[in-house]
Order: sequence, then structure tokens, then C-alpha cells
Amino acid sequence: MATFKDFRNNVKPNWCPGCGDFSVQAAIQRAAANVGLEPHQLAVISGIGCSGRISGYIHSYGFHGIHGRALPIAQGVKMANRDLTVIAAGGDGDGFAIGMGHTIHAIRRNIDITYIVMDNQIYGLTKGQTSPRSDVGFKTKSTPQGSVEPALSIMEMALSAGATFVAQSFSSDLKELTHLIEEGIKHKGFSLINVFSPCVTYNKVNTYDWFKENLVNLSTIEGYDPSDRDIAMQTLMKHKGLVTGLIYQNKEQKSYQDLIHGYSETPLAHADLQLSKEKFDELISEFM
Amino acid sequence: MISQLSWKVGGQQGEGIESTGEIFSIALNRLGYYLYGYRHFSSRIKGGHTNNKIRVSTTQVRSIADDLDILVAFDQESIDFNFHELRDGGIVIADSKFNPTIPEGSNVTLYAVPFTDIATNLGTSLMKNMVAVGASSAVLDLDIGVYQEVVEEIFGRKGQQVVEKNMEAIRAGAQFMKEQLGDSIQTMKLEKADGKKRMYMIGNDAIALGALAGGARFMAAYPITPASEIMEYLIKKLPALGGAVIQTEDEIAACTMAIGANYAGVRTLTASAGPGLSLMMEAIGLAGITETPVVIVDTQRGGPSTGLPTKQEQSDLMAIIYGTHGEIPKIVMAPSTVQEAFYDMVEAFNLAEEYQCPVIVLSDLQLSLGKQTVEPLEYDKIEIRRGKLVKGELPQLENKGYFKRYEVTEDGISPRVLPGMPNGIHHVTGVEHDETGKPSEVAANRKTQMDKRLRKLKHVRFNTPVHKNVKHEEADLLIIGFNSTRGAIEEAIGRLELDGLKVNHAHIRLIHPFPTEEVSPLVQSAKKVVVVEHNATGQLANLLKMNVGHADKIYSVLKYDGNPFLPHEVHTKCKELFQ
Ligand SMILES: Cc1ncc(C[n+]2csc(CCOP(=O)(O)OP(=O)(O)O)c2C)c(N)n1
Ligand code: SF4
Ligand SMILES: [Mg+2]
Repeated sequence: MATFKDFRNNVKPNWCPGCGDFSVQAAIQRAAANVGLEPHQLAVISGIGCSGRISGYIHSYGFHGIHGRALPIAQGVKMANRDLTVIAAGGDGDGFAIGMGHTIHAIRRNIDITYIVMDNQIYGLTKGQTSPRSDVGFKTKSTPQGSVEPALSIMEMALSAGATFVAQSFSSDLKELTHLIEEGIKHKGFSLINVFSPCVTYNKVNTYDWFKENLVNLSTIEGYDPSDRDIAMQTLMKHKGLVTGLIYQNKEQKSYQDLIHGYSETPLAHADLQLSKEKFDELISEFM
Repeated sequence: MISQLSWKVGGQQGEGIESTGEIFSIALNRLGYYLYGYRHFSSRIKGGHTNNKIRVSTTQVRSIADDLDILVAFDQESIDFNFHELRDGGIVIADSKFNPTIPEGSNVTLYAVPFTDIATNLGTSLMKNMVAVGASSAVLDLDIGVYQEVVEEIFGRKGQQVVEKNMEAIRAGAQFMKEQLGDSIQTMKLEKADGKKRMYMIGNDAIALGALAGGARFMAAYPITPASEIMEYLIKKLPALGGAVIQTEDEIAACTMAIGANYAGVRTLTASAGPGLSLMMEAIGLAGITETPVVIVDTQRGGPSTGLPTKQEQSDLMAIIYGTHGEIPKIVMAPSTVQEAFYDMVEAFNLAEEYQCPVIVLSDLQLSLGKQTVEPLEYDKIEIRRGKLVKGELPQLENKGYFKRYEVTEDGISPRVLPGMPNGIHHVTGVEHDETGKPSEVAANRKTQMDKRLRKLKHVRFNTPVHKNVKHEEADLLIIGFNSTRGAIEEAIGRLELDGLKVNHAHIRLIHPFPTEEVSPLVQSAKKVVVVEHNATGQLANLLKMNVGHADKIYSVLKYDGNPFLPHEVHTKCKELFQ
């Protein structure tokens, strides 16, 4: 059986020391080992950004695509080989700005993949511009007077889009983050895990200390029931989205792949490509 | 007796004009005639004039006819809009319900037939189409019996009574028309066809069927005219093969999803038109640098922007070849007949895997939606080749090394493993990378990897890169085209030869990498070269000048008003060059 060390590779991340993304990398490696995967059974598909580099820092199959498109690539991979565990990962700009259309539709579609967003409320790779997750008043290179656009309430949006697994975590809490990723992988459908992953270089407001002060862990809310969508929504609104833990999970809903008609139960990638003569003749005769 | 004629039905969109043409042509196909059908339609769903022009012949035809023999009209607008196409001696068969009129002084005969009244008397006015089919068949002197089978196939589900009613409507239409005609128009009687079974299909049918035969088991696409039929066909057929179609949120998702699925080992396509292709460009570059196979169909239509969304054009050529930023290996093919579209799709998937690069199959609206008679497609010609896809066990990787997915090889093509394979782990990235896929900005590596990728195109093996009809060693004229203009060019050449000119024809089927070696001698041995294409800037002509030279003798015949070339237009324009 593989251990988390088997998911480490020889590549040294080019992240700044202290970047929140290191914990996400470690959590994915641990979660993969904990759920019993071998490295070759995992495919990590990532977008573009500091965070997007993550697929190159894990010893597994990895695909580092283009900005904002990790999700459609990941869904394509899963459709092609349902035996693979597929994790999509990227930044808040990647998933909630340029890739927002894909995020909402991946949620709706509910293909069985896990999506981890490293949310630092800023564009890291392009050296510090505002993101859809930046708070009002946040000063960046592109908002020198402070951002006037409200931050997207991403968890609420996911719930409204019909998400079947919604969780949020924080880079400092490796244990919880690992656990949530495991749960996300095990969930039969699309799982969204938003991780507050501080950018120590360009975000001097939403720092580790800031999060420690402002985040509420759902385990501290008595009787919180993640199967209740109403309560999930209310709790998010009450705490302005600053909660961590498993926010909502619908275990009843079948995944896209289990719902569509005719779809192969074995990996499509192993299918025979040759049409039989009978099938061919049948198709041809329809045009005669 | 005549060996070919041209028939058109017109009316308001959404009124069943389609089914009139459908039933009429299916019957003619069963009798063994060669057909070519082209629909005129607009972006509206209900209302607005629509028509379907069908050419019927005892030999292969692939172009719209210059003129019209029979016009079937369901409203006055159809007569007014199409009357100019009718030849001397042509006829109009119109529903008497709207008191049809034709311009005075023309040598065209109008027959008012109570389509609606006859149908209503038989039960429902919906069957007016059937009455029109019957009336048309009487003019051609067809045996009405041929419709029995067709009507049963279409209406069988609704019960025997519905079938019988519809047959009655056809018979009544034919009977009425026969009485009107008397012996007057012997000239419209069609020679008997050979009765051979052939396929009758639109280009998009062939593209979709070719994808299935070529091993495609997944498609991701976003609806658009004139590509949607490809996806709609595959949605019907793929589930039976375990496959699936996803209608994505946009074309960027469609293309990247297709890339993801191909990376993971399933032959996957996407199909769109110009607007969608514009959105896919960044993703196509990703497929290029990551050496991921992907097949993309571009059914060209009138651009730019939304342009003429339901009209013919061939103006995506340059964008398709050069649209992606940066430089990647890419194969662009352009079938010119429905038959070629089928085989080319099979080959597109083979080439995509063999050369590990995006393959774009260009079509155009006329090829995609025009309906052609096709000789039965051959099962034995279908071949699946997967290139350097690694099968079987791989040796253990030492020290967490990566598999050399981008190994530098002589032909530039590296071994390819699919995710899920033990010991095949490697990285894939759109960032420049080394042989194992790890990002690298080292100058020497950059050059090595760029050269490796582009080197792949030096060896592209394509069965027939140019369709040639070369009768003359030294020609007065060489005509060059691509995609659907083939039919019009072929007919024009027949007439130019009658005019005494020596004319050769080259239809480019492999657009990129350009088949310079094949085309060059033909250009050299011709006095003049005319490139016939549906765009305003002569894109193929420019490509030709770039690759072959001889700019001083290359002329363009262009059409970009949305309508396909007619044979006489090509004929006249070419002839003018010699006056
Ligand atoms: C189409 C396109 N537009 C712009 C860019 C430039 N770009 C790269 S990453 C990025 C944003 C990064 O922010 P985020 O997704 O939050 O990732 P982070 O670096 O913060 O982890 C941008 C705008 C690009 N690579 N591609
Ligand atoms: S810039 Fe910010 S997000 Fe990027 S690596 Fe540095 S700390 Fe991390
Ligand atoms: Mg960010």
C-alpha cells in the first residue's frame, strides 16, 4: 500500500516560503494515501496560477492545462476513465473568474471528481491584482483605491447551483483539510472544497492570523447537520461565508455517470474501437 | 425523356416543407436516382421563406443546378422569390388555395392544384405535403407504389390508417395532376434509374458516422449551425456503444473536455462552426504543446462574428491554420464530398493519435447540410491505427523518475501512455517542458522540444492529399478549390472543355501541411490558375502563392454572398480570363 511519501516527487515547488499552497499539496498526498490509492490511479488536473503548479508537485498523473479550464479537462478525463480518481485544482481567479462558467456547470453536472480551490483572494502569479474573492475596499495593483465590487459568496453560489458536496477549509488545519479531501474523493459526485490558502506575498490583509481570528469551524456549532441545505445556507449567510468544515453533502443524488443512459460501466478508454460488421451495416442501412 | 432535372419546394419555415422534400427524395433514392439536395433557410424557426432544391439525375451530381424545372409553391412568396430560377418551359405547381399567379409573358406554365383542399377532404390539411409529392411524381411519371414503403417507415408508428390516408393523399395529388397535364409535358419524364441501393445523406451524417467508425466514443460540443447534426446523431448512437455526448456550457469547455478525454485514452471529438472555433483557439494550442490528440470539426458558415449563420462560406481557412498563438503541429483536412467526409473522419482519428496533435476537419455549410447520394460506404476500408500508444507492461521507474512522455525521437513522435498505467507517470503541461513533461525554460531544451514537435509534420502520410482530375500534361487552366465547390467546378470544367480549353482540376484535401509537392507540378504546367473559393480575400489562393509561388498567374474566383457557386458562374468567370 502506498503512503503519502509515495505521492511526493523530486520537484521543488517554486512557491514563496509560507505560501498556503504547500499545505494543500501535503493534504492531497495524505488523502490519496489514506483512501488507498496508488500514484498511477490518481490524476491531478490543474489550472494556471501559482496554485495551478500543484499538479507538477505530486507524484501521480498530472495535467497542467490553461487558465480557467481545469474543470472541463478533468471532467473529460473522468468520462474517459471512470476508474481513475480525478482531482481538479486551481486558484480563485482560475475557478471563480475566468473559469466561473465551468465551475457552475461542473457543479450542476455532478461528475464524480473533486475540485480543490486554493483561495487566496488575490491573483498571485500575475503579481497581485484583485480577484472575485477580494473583499470590498481591498487595495491591489488593479484596485489602487480599493475594490468596489463585492466578493463572490462562493459557497452559497455552489449550494444554489445544486452542489452535492460543499466544504471549506484552511491551510493551517492540515488534519481537517486532509479529512475533507478524503471525503470529497469518496463522495459519489462532484465535490467542491474551497481552501483559504494565504498568499503571503501579495495579500497582507487576509493573512494566517486574520483567518484564525475570523473563521468559525462548523464542529463548534452545536447540532450542525451537513445534510440540511437550508441550515447550510443560513449558516453561511450568518457567518459571511467564513466557516470551515463539511458544509453540505447530499449522499442520495446519483452522479452524472450513473444517471446517463448507456454509459459504459468499465472505463471507456478500454473500449474496442472497431465497429462490428453487423453494427456498421445497421448504421449504413438507415441512410438507404 | 430527360436524364436529369431540378425540383424545388418552397413555403413558410415550420410548415413541413422539409417533409415534402424528404419523402420525395427518399423515394427517388430508392429508385436508384442520384440526388443533390440543398436547403435555403434562415435563422428563424417559424415563418420566413424556406426552400429545398433537389437535383435528380441518372448520374452522380454534386452541385446545385443552374436553373429550375419544377417549382412547388405553398405560398405566393415562394413563387416571387424563386421564379427567376425557372427555365424556359419550366412549371410551377402551386396550392390553388392562395390563388397563385406568375409574371405575365413568361414561358412557364402554372398548375394550380388544391393541395390543402384535397388534404382537408381526406382528413387533415397537414397532408397537403403528400398531395404535393403526388403531383410532382405525376410530372416525372414515377410509379406511386414506391411511396408505400417510405410512408410506412415514417408513419407506421401512428397506425395503418394514417399510412393509408397519406398514401391516398399522394395518389389523389398524382391523379389530379395527371388530368391537368394531359400529354403536354413529355419533356419532364425521367429516364428510369438503375434501381441500385445507395445512401442519401448530408455531410454531417457522414462526419458523425465516420467518427463512430473511427472509434470515437465520446463527444463534447455546444450547439451551432451548421454543426449540430453531428452531435445530435452521436447522442442517438453512442449510448449503444457505451459512449456519451456532453453538451457543454461553451466551446472552450467542449474543446478542453475533448482534450481531457483524449489524454485519458478515448477517441473524442468536438464540432462547431467559426464562432466556436474562435473560442477554442487557446485550447487547440494546449493540445499542440502537450501533444494530445484531438479531432475538431469546423463546419464553416458566413462570418465574421455571427455573420451569415445559415449561409455558405469558406472563410475560416487562415484562422484554422494560423489562429492559435504560438506555433504548433496541426493537421487540417478538407473533404470535398460526403463520401470523403466519412473516410476522412476515420483517418482524422488515426492521424491525431499517430502524430499526437490536433486534427481539424474543415467542412462548409454546403457540404455539411447538402444532401448527396453516396455509394455504399465500405467496412473493409475502415482501419484503426493508434500510433505510438504504449500497450503492455512498463519497466519500473527508478527513484520516482517520470516516464519520458516527450522523449526526443527521430520522427519527433514520442511514446504515449495513458493515465492509470502503472510506471507510466509523467507530467503534462502547456508550459514548455523537458522530456518527462517537467516545466523547463532552458534555451536548449526549448529549441529541442519545439523542433521535435514541428518535425512530426514532416512525415504526415495522407492517402489523397489532393483530388486530381488531370487530363492534360499542359493545361490552359488549372482550377483549384476545396470542400463543397467540387461539384460546381467539375461541371464548369465539362463546359470549358466544350469551349475548347484544356482544363485540369485539383481539389485540396489536405490543407495543412500544404501538399506543395503534389500541387506544384500542376501549377507549373498550367498557363493560368484559378482558385475558386467562398470568401472575399482569396485565402486559398494566398496559401497557394505562399507555398507554390507563381503569384503572377494565379487568379481568384470568389463568392461571398452566402449562396453556393452554380456551375455556370464558375464557367463564365473562368472563360472571361481567356477573352
Ligand atoms: C487566458 C489567460 N489570461 C490571463 C492569464 C494570466 N494569468 C495567469 S494566472 C492568472 C490569475 C492567477 O490567479 P489565481 O487563479 O487566483 O491563482 P493564484 O496565482 O492566486 O494561485 C492570470 C490572470 C493567462 N495565463 N491566461
Ligand atoms: S505569490 Fe502568493 S500565491 Fe504565489 S507562491 Fe507566493 S505566496 Fe503563494
Ligand atoms: Mg488566487
